[in-house]
Amino acid sequence: MIRLEIRGGLGHRARAVTAQLPFLGLAAIGTCEATAVYFLDAEFDDDALELLCARLLRDPVTETAAWMRDPRDHAGSPAAVEVARKRGVTDAEARVLENALVRLGLPPARAARATRYEFAGSPGEVDLHRIARDLLCNATTERYAVGWLQPEFEEGAGHSSRCETIPVRELTDVRLGALSRDRSLSLSLDEMQAIRQAFRDFGRDPTDVELETLAQTWSEHCQHKTFKARIRFRHEDWQGRAIGTETIDGIFDTCIRAVNHEVAKEWLVSVFEDDAGVIRFTDDLDLAFKVETHNHPSALDPFGGAHTGVGGVVRDVLGVSARPIAATDILCFGPPDLPDTEVPAGTLHPRRIREGVVRGIGDYGNKLGLPTLSGAIVYDRGYVNNPLVYCGCIGVAPHGAHPTGAEVGDLVVALGGRTGLDGLHGATFSSADLAEDTRETQGSAVQIGDPILEKGLMELLGQARDERLYTAVTDCGAGGFSSAVGEMGEELGVEVHLDRIRVKYPDLAPWELWLSEAQERMVVAVPPARLARLQALADHWEVELSVLGEFTGDRELHIRYEGQTVGRLPMDFVHHGWPRPELNAIHREPSTRDPTGTPWTDGDQVLKTLLTHPSVSSKEAVIRTFDHEVRGGTLVRPLTGPCQDGPADGVVFEPLEAAGSGRAVAVAQGINPMLGLHDPYAMGGAAVDETVRNLVCAGADPDHIALLDNFCWGNPTLPDRLGALVRAAQGCRDAAIALQAPFISGKDSLYNEYAGEPIPGTLLISGIGIVPDADRCMTAHAKCSGSLLFVLGDTRAELGGSLLHCLYGLSGGTPPVTKAAFGDRYRALHGLIRSGSVLSAHDASEGGLALAAVEMALAGRVGMELDLTAVHADPWHALFSESNGRILIEIDPEAAGAVTAACRDLPLLRLGRLGGERVLLRHGGTVHVDAAVETLAARWRGAGV
Amino acid sequence: MTRPRVLIFHSPGTNRDAETLRALELAGAKAEIAHVRDVRAGTVSLVGCRAVVLPGGFGYGDALGAGVLQALDLTTWLQDAVGTFVGQGGRVLGICNGFQTLVKSGLLSGGCEPDKPGNRAVTLTHNERGRFECRWVHMAPAVDCAADWLRGLAMPIFCPVAHGEGRFLTRGSDTLNHLAAQGRIALRYVQADGGAAAGSYPHNPNGSAGDVAGICSPDGLVVGFMPHPEDHLLSRHSPVPVPVEARGLRLFEAFVEAL
Repeated sequence: MIRLEIRGGLGHRARAVTAQLPFLGLAAIGTCEATAVYFLDAEFDDDALELLCARLLRDPVTETAAWMRDPRDHAGSPAAVEVARKRGVTDAEARVLENALVRLGLPPARAARATRYEFAGSPGEVDLHRIARDLLCNATTERYAVGWLQPEFEEGAGHSSRCETIPVRELTDVRLGALSRDRSLSLSLDEMQAIRQAFRDFGRDPTDVELETLAQTWSEHCQHKTFKARIRFRHEDWQGRAIGTETIDGIFDTCIRAVNHEVAKEWLVSVFEDDAGVIRFTDDLDLAFKVETHNHPSALDPFGGAHTGVGGVVRDVLGVSARPIAATDILCFGPPDLPDTEVPAGTLHPRRIREGVVRGIGDYGNKLGLPTLSGAIVYDRGYVNNPLVYCGCIGVAPHGAHPTGAEVGDLVVALGGRTGLDGLHGATFSSADLAEDTRETQGSAVQIGDPILEKGLMELLGQARDERLYTAVTDCGAGGFSSAVGEMGEELGVEVHLDRIRVKYPDLAPWELWLSEAQERMVVAVPPARLARLQALADHWEVELSVLGEFTGDRELHIRYEGQTVGRLPMDFVHHGWPRPELNAIHREPSTRDPTGTPWTDGDQVLKTLLTHPSVSSKEAVIRTFDHEVRGGTLVRPLTGPCQDGPADGVVFEPLEAAGSGRAVAVAQGINPMLGLHDPYAMGGAAVDETVRNLVCAGADPDHIALLDNFCWGNPTLPDRLGALVRAAQGCRDAAIALQAPFISGKDSLYNEYAGEPIPGTLLISGIGIVPDADRCMTAHAKCSGSLLFVLGDTRAELGGSLLHCLYGLSGGTPPVTKAAFGDRYRALHGLIRSGSVLSAHDASEGGLALAAVEMALAGRVGMELDLTAVHADPWHALFSESNGRILIEIDPEAAGAVTAACRDLPLLRLGRLGGERVLLRHGGTVHVDAAVETLAARWRGAGV
Repeated sequence: MTRPRVLIFHSPGTNRDAETLRALELAGAKAEIAHVRDVRAGTVSLVGCRAVVLPGGFGYGDALGAGVLQALDLTTWLQDAVGTFVGQGGRVLGICNGFQTLVKSGLLSGGCEPDKPGNRAVTLTHNERGRFECRWVHMAPAVDCAADWLRGLAMPIFCPVAHGEGRFLTRGSDTLNHLAAQGRIALRYVQADGGAAAGSYPHNPNGSAGDVAGICSPDGLVVGFMPHPEDHLLSRHSPVPVPVEARGLRLFEAFVEAL
C-alpha cells in the first residue's frame, strides 16, 4: 500500500479552517495546514510514482509530493486529523484516479483519498477530536482519525443477499407498530393493518422486498398522504370561539388543484401530472419547472444533502424530457451568530450548515453548467434543527417532445450511476421527525452526488428524446427503483430482475438493490427495436445502461432475483391500497388589535436594524459562489445596479434554445415565514402576490405567470400544525385565483420537527413568467437623478406579522390582504414597461415602502427625497406597513403624463424626486429618515451574508 | 469569403460549449462541437480546421485539479492530432477550463521550449479568496502581446469570470518579467477605464500575479484566458450599459478575422 502526500495546494481550505477555530474557542491552536493524501493499493516503484506525481497529482508551481510504502514508516504523530469519505459514499475523484493510472501505462490499482489537517499550536487529543467533529468531518458521510488514517478501499459491503419472508399475518397491532419502527418503514398503524389484511387475503406473508416496496410507495414523500387526507377542520377566532367547522376533502384538491379550475390558461401543458410542471414558452418550445426540498439530508450532511438536492431536481426536469437550463435555491437557516451553547446535541451549528449547503449547491450546479440564478436566504431560530433547502430547476423542451407512455413489450432500462447502499430509506426517512440520534440511525440516507455523470445523462437523454428512443422516462429518486419502476409500470404491469442492476460492489440484498437511492440514475421505457441505438448513444456519453425487465400488461409488479420471484403484488394494491388518512386540524386566528405604543422612536434607527437583519442584508457572498452567467443568456441578475451589488426582485434569462424568439424567462419567489407565524392565511396570499409582483417588476407578462407551491411544515398529525397548513393553503389558493396565476407543480416536506419543536410553517411560492420582449427587461435599482418616484398601490394599516413587529417582538395587528384588483395594477405596469416609460420598478414587501425605497437608492447609488404624508396618516404605517400590491416605479419626468394617464383608475401616488447623495423620507413635515446612500449601502452590504 | 472552420472540443463536464459556438458563429466562423472521443477515434478530423477552441466547464469534474484530466487527454489520446495541428500553425484558444487545460498540458507552460507538463513555470490555482466566484471584470490585451489579433481590441472587454481555480501564479520571481518580455502575457485584468488593477480586488478577481488574465505561446498561436467573453455577445447581456467595443463578441470577431 502506498501513501502519497501532496502539500501546498490546499492553502485555501487551511485558511478557511483557521478562520473557524476562534468560533470553537481554539484560536490558540494557531494556523492549520492542509495536505491532500492519496492511497494506492499497489506496489509501484519510485519512477512510477514520480511519473504519477508529475503528470497528475503535483502542481510544479504550488505543490510538493512525498510518498511512503508502509504506514509503519510514520515516525511520531504530529497534531493532525485526517478525514476521508466513508466506504460506499460516492468518491468520483478516486475513481478518476484509478482510470488515470491505466492511461499513464501504470498497473491498475484501487485508490482512496483523504485530507490531512495539521495544527501549528500542538493541540491535545481532546481538542483534535473536537476540531474533527465540529469542523472537519461530517460523521454522516465521512470518518476521521487523529494522527494517521488507514484507507478503506471500495469493496464488498458484506450484506446478506438473501430475501426474507416477514410474518405479518399473525402480528398483533403492537407488534405491527414495532415492525414499522424497527425497519424504519414510517408506516402508521392503519397502514400496517391494511398490509396485514391484504396478505391474509393473499394467503401468504410478504417478503422483505414487498414490505419495503409498500413502505416506500406509501410514504408521505411519495404519496403526499397529508395533502390527500380528509381533514376535520375547526376554525376559531382569536379568543377561541368557533368561526366554523368543516370537512376538507383533501388540501390538494380543494386548495391547489381548485385554482386551476378557476384559472384557465391556454398555455398550460402539463400540470401536476409529471415530475415537473410544463407551460408553453414560444411556438416551438415548452418550459418545465420543479422545486424540491432536501431538508433532512441537509441537516445531517449539509454538503451532500444540498449537492444531491440539486441533482434530484435536475432529474425531475429530465423526467419530463426537458433540458435543464437554470437552477434556483431558497434556504432557511438558524441565526449565523447563534451561541454554541444553544446548539442542541446532534445538530450542526447554523454557520456550518450554511457553509456546507452553499458549497453543495455551487459544486453541483456549477459543474453541471446550470446558472443558479434566483434565490433567497431566511434566518430564524426556528430553523436551527431543521434547515430548509429548496432546490429548483427550469428546463426547456421542444413542444410535444415528451412521449406519452410505455407499451407492453417495452424494456425497462436503467441509465446512469451504479447502485450501492447509499440512500437507503430516503423516502421514509424524510417522512419522520429528526432526533438526536438520527445521524447514527439514518446516516445511510444521505449521499454525495457526481455532477459529471449527471451531465452525461443530460446529454444522452436529450439526444434519445430527439431520436424518439424511449416511450417513457422517470427519475430514480426517493424509493429508488421501487418507486421509479413501480410508477412507470402502474398502468401496464412490469417484471424486473434485480440481479441485472449494476452495482458498485457485490453482496447487496435484493431489497437493498430495489430501494437504494444511489444518485444519477434514470429509468426509461424502450421499444426493443430502439435499444441498440440507445446503447450506442450511452457508450458515446459514457453512461452505463442495463435492461432490468419489461412491461407486461398484467398489471402486476413482479420482482425477480436470480430466477426466483422475490415479490409479486397487484399494481392496484401497491399504488392505491393505502387507507386514506383522516386527520384533525384546528386553527386559532391571531388578534388583529395593533400593539399599543411603539418601542421605536427614530426611523433612521429602525431602518438600520432592518438593513442589517441577516434575512434582509446582502447575500452577495453566497450569490457569487454560484455561476449565474453560464449558458450566456442571463439578462437580469440576482445583483443589480452600477456596482452590481443591489437586490433584484426577479431574474431574467434568455435560453440559448430560444435565441431569436425575442422572448425571455423571468423567475422569482415569495417567502415570508415570519408573517406565517402571525397568520398563515396571510402568508399564503403574500407569498403569491410577492412572487407575481417580483416577476412583473422584472418585465414578465402578468397574464403569463405560473406558480409552484412548496410547503415545509411540522408534524401534520398534530392538529395545530395541520390547521396552520390548511390556512396557508387556503391563502395561496385565494390569492392565485385573485391574480389569475395557475399552479403547475408543487411538493411538500412535512415532519420538520425536532424534540417536539416544529419549524415555522414555511410556504415557498416560486413563479415563472414570460418576458415577451427580451430587450424590455426591468430592474429595481434607481437609474438617474431628476427622475420621479411613484408608488402604484394603496397602503393600509397592515403591520400584523411584519418584519418591523418581528424585529421588535410585537404581536397583533392586521396582516396584509391580497385582492383581485392588484392584477389591474400589474397589467398597467406591464404595459408601461413594454412601452419603455418605466426606468425602474421595485416591489414593496418586508420592511414596507421605506425599505423598498432605500433598496432602490443604494442599489442605484442615487439619493432621493420623498414625502410619504399622503401614503398613510400614521407615519409608521406609511413607512413600514407591508400592504401587498404595491410597486415603486421610477419615471422620467417627461413620461409622467403618460404614466398618470395609464393609471388614472388606479391608486398612483407621486412620492418625490431622485437625486443627491442622501435618502430623505418625510411624513407630515417630520424627517423620519435621513441617511447617506453610501452609508445605507455599506450597512446593507456589511451585515452577515 | 468562406467562413473559417473552428472545432470546439467537448469532454465529459464541458459546459460552455454551446455559447462558445454561438459566439464563434456570430463572429463569422463555421464552428462545430467535437467530442474528444471522436477526435481520438479519428471520426472528427482537424484537417482543414483553422482553430481549436477548448471551452469552459468542469472537464472530468476537475478531479485531481482543474484541467488536469483534460490535459491528460491532450498529452495522450490527442497528442498526435493536436501536436500536428499546432505544428502546422493551427490556432488554439482555451477559455477558463480550456485555459487551465492548456496550462496543465504544457501547451501553455511558461517554461523553456519544448514545454513539458512537469516542467512548467506557471499555474492556475485556487482563487486567493478560496472560493468559486462569479463576477464581471474588465480585461485588456497586454502591451507587446504576441497574439497580434488581441492587440487590435479598441477597449477593455467586459465579461464575467466564473471559476474557483483561476489564480495565475509563476515559479520564481523572474518568470513574470520573462513572460512579459517575450510577449507571452496575453490579457490582464484592468479597471473599467483601462487603468491597472494593480492586484486590487475585485478588479483582479482571484489574486493573479501581475493581474494576468491570460497568456499565449511565444508565436501567439496558442492563447488561453480565464474570463468568459462568450457570455457577453449582445448589449442586453451586459449588467450595465457599455460601448459595443467592450462586448465579448469583439474578441471573437478579432479572433476569427485572424484565421
